[in-house]
Amino acid sequence: MAITFSKAAVFEAEAEKATARRHRLLSLPALVIIGVFGVLPLLIILIYSFLAAAPYGGVQWKFSTDAYLNFLFQRDIFDDTLQFTPDFLIIYLRSFLFAVVTTIICLLLGFPTAYFMATRPPAQRNWWVLLMTIPFWSNLLVRTLAIMFIIRDEGLINNALMALGVIEKPITMLYTNFAIQLGLLYSFLPFMVLPLYSSLEKLDFRLVEAAYDLYATRRQVLWRVIIPLSLPGIIAGCLLVFIPALGAYVTPLILGGGIHLMIGDLIAQQFGSGRNWPLGCAQALILMAAVLVALYFYVRNTSGKMRHG
Amino acid sequence: MGKCVPDQPGKSAIEVRGVRKVFGTGDAQVAALDTVSVSIRENEFFTLLGPSGCGKTTLLRLIAGFDFPSEGEILLHGQDIAPLPPFKRPVNTVFQSYALFPHMTVAENIGFGLEMLGKPKSEIKARVAEMLKLVKMEALSARRTSQISGGQQQRVALARALAPQPKVLLLDEPLSALDYKLRKEMQIELKRLQHQTGITFIFVTHDQEEALTMSDRIAVMSAGKILQVGTPRDIYDRPAERFVADFIGETNFLKGTVVSKKSGIAMVKIASEATVAAGFPENFDPSGAVTVVVRPEHADLVADAAKGMVSGTLANVVYFGTDTHYHVKLEGGDDFIVRHQNSRSGAVSFEPGAKVGVVFEDDGARILRD
Repeated sequence: MAITFSKAAVFEAEAEKATARRHRLLSLPALVIIGVFGVLPLLIILIYSFLAAAPYGGVQWKFSTDAYLNFLFQRDIFDDTLQFTPDFLIIYLRSFLFAVVTTIICLLLGFPTAYFMATRPPAQRNWWVLLMTIPFWSNLLVRTLAIMFIIRDEGLINNALMALGVIEKPITMLYTNFAIQLGLLYSFLPFMVLPLYSSLEKLDFRLVEAAYDLYATRRQVLWRVIIPLSLPGIIAGCLLVFIPALGAYVTPLILGGGIHLMIGDLIAQQFGSGRNWPLGCAQALILMAAVLVALYFYVRNTSGKMRHG
Repeated sequence: MGKCVPDQPGKSAIEVRGVRKVFGTGDAQVAALDTVSVSIRENEFFTLLGPSGCGKTTLLRLIAGFDFPSEGEILLHGQDIAPLPPFKRPVNTVFQSYALFPHMTVAENIGFGLEMLGKPKSEIKARVAEMLKLVKMEALSARRTSQISGGQQQRVALARALAPQPKVLLLDEPLSALDYKLRKEMQIELKRLQHQTGITFIFVTHDQEEALTMSDRIAVMSAGKILQVGTPRDIYDRPAERFVADFIGETNFLKGTVVSKKSGIAMVKIASEATVAAGFPENFDPSGAVTVVVRPEHADLVADAAKGMVSGTLANVVYFGTDTHYHVKLEGGDDFIVRHQNSRSGAVSFEPGAKVGVVFEDDGARILRD
């Protein structure tokens, strides 16, 4: 008995090793893709951020922390002292503010929309999802330009309001913070609605009935049952809106007219007219670090709520 | 039966008056409930019994407040609650799917109703502990509802619905998801809980055995109507309609013609030309072609065919352990089943192919409305 047992054990251990080998082999394509398209470019950015800028773009192979210093300070050309210049920091803070406002408004608009979609009869729901994806059928640039035509001084809104006699002079909307905010909301709303919908669609509405039965008012049902149970969708939606909104490039460029910069435009500038690749790399990495820190606190906070109800 | 005497009319907890519920509009209209009236007494274990689609769950949902009647009133202790939302009715439900909140622990689930009622924390804690003890779940109070078995979820669902001390507890086929043994256990458990709490239970089921063993009174429903309300014995021994007799237990149906009537007993000539005496419900005057029903255990076999009320040939004998079924082909072609309780001593043995007589117990044969 003892012998057969140990034989079986050896056999099992070998089989286990073989499966482990197979699993490693199967994960190879994923690892290659992550390595080549994720880690490697990041490494290049990291290395470049510690090099000196070449005068006509590109980098000089010389170690330098100038890029990071330049993020907060400017070197005085006369006495070579460092002076604190918060210009970049202000752009970063403004971008965060835009992204936060976009996320909050998208959540406030998206939740009722997704709830409405999820509570339609099953046959109708797919149509609503299809309608929600219509914006994706055309290019973001084209749609952003369309917004520009609608809100500019001689645009649809101003012309209509003037024709109706509501206003005498056109309201300036284009190239303002308002225009950027509007563009961001428009671009990212579907990214909030779709994950919320998929979460709410799976919600067991018998639980809602159970809560009503147990004396919960409509508001209490929302806060105590529906929202906690759709939290995965809320988290996913907020991440899908916040992160790309923070790095938005086209929207602030076109609707902000290059006057109101966001991080994306700032970074792009360093590789174009700024001709300071190391600075662009440093700015990108600082953004990434900031997002990771924000993400860490956000997920820790919300998943804690999920655990404790 | 304990403290309640089901045959004596008590104060009514729930009074359903002329309730209709219509789903859909226009030509697609379906009446799920067709002018239903019933009175459910305080402290009663009342069962709505019927096949799926008979309207029993619809009636329960109307009482709970998840749907509103198209017509009619629902009174709770004399007050019309039909227009109130569920959270304003002192009525709680145990759902078929249990519908426990997956993001809360067992204790949080049980305390939810009290919390929504705005009870102080200390009171909630005490009441939850009491409920956990009542359903014997003290050890698992901190568990997630996904971490406990189906039977345990059932107990939590019961405790959650009982915790706010509702006037009426509604149970929507709560045992249907449990396996046979657990279901038997829970049937006894439910009766115990009803006794202990003194709350009116309205229980929905399609399982006639469940209904007969647990209920003080049963309402048999079919196609949106209540056909008969009565104690389990009433319903079983004196079914008012053919559907009731057919749905509950096994029954023999014999077609025949009424030849004479006298003081609640009618003489009916059946296919074999034999004449049988059959009782009939008070509010029913049988005449012409009728159906006579006889429960298999209300009949017995006699060896001498001439001594039977009807006679025939024994076609098959089926042994069930506790009892034996004798399938008799009556003269005239009707099939008839006689059930005989088995015992060690009284071994009555009939062989298939034998000529036998069938006798009915007093009041064993009854005429029913079709």
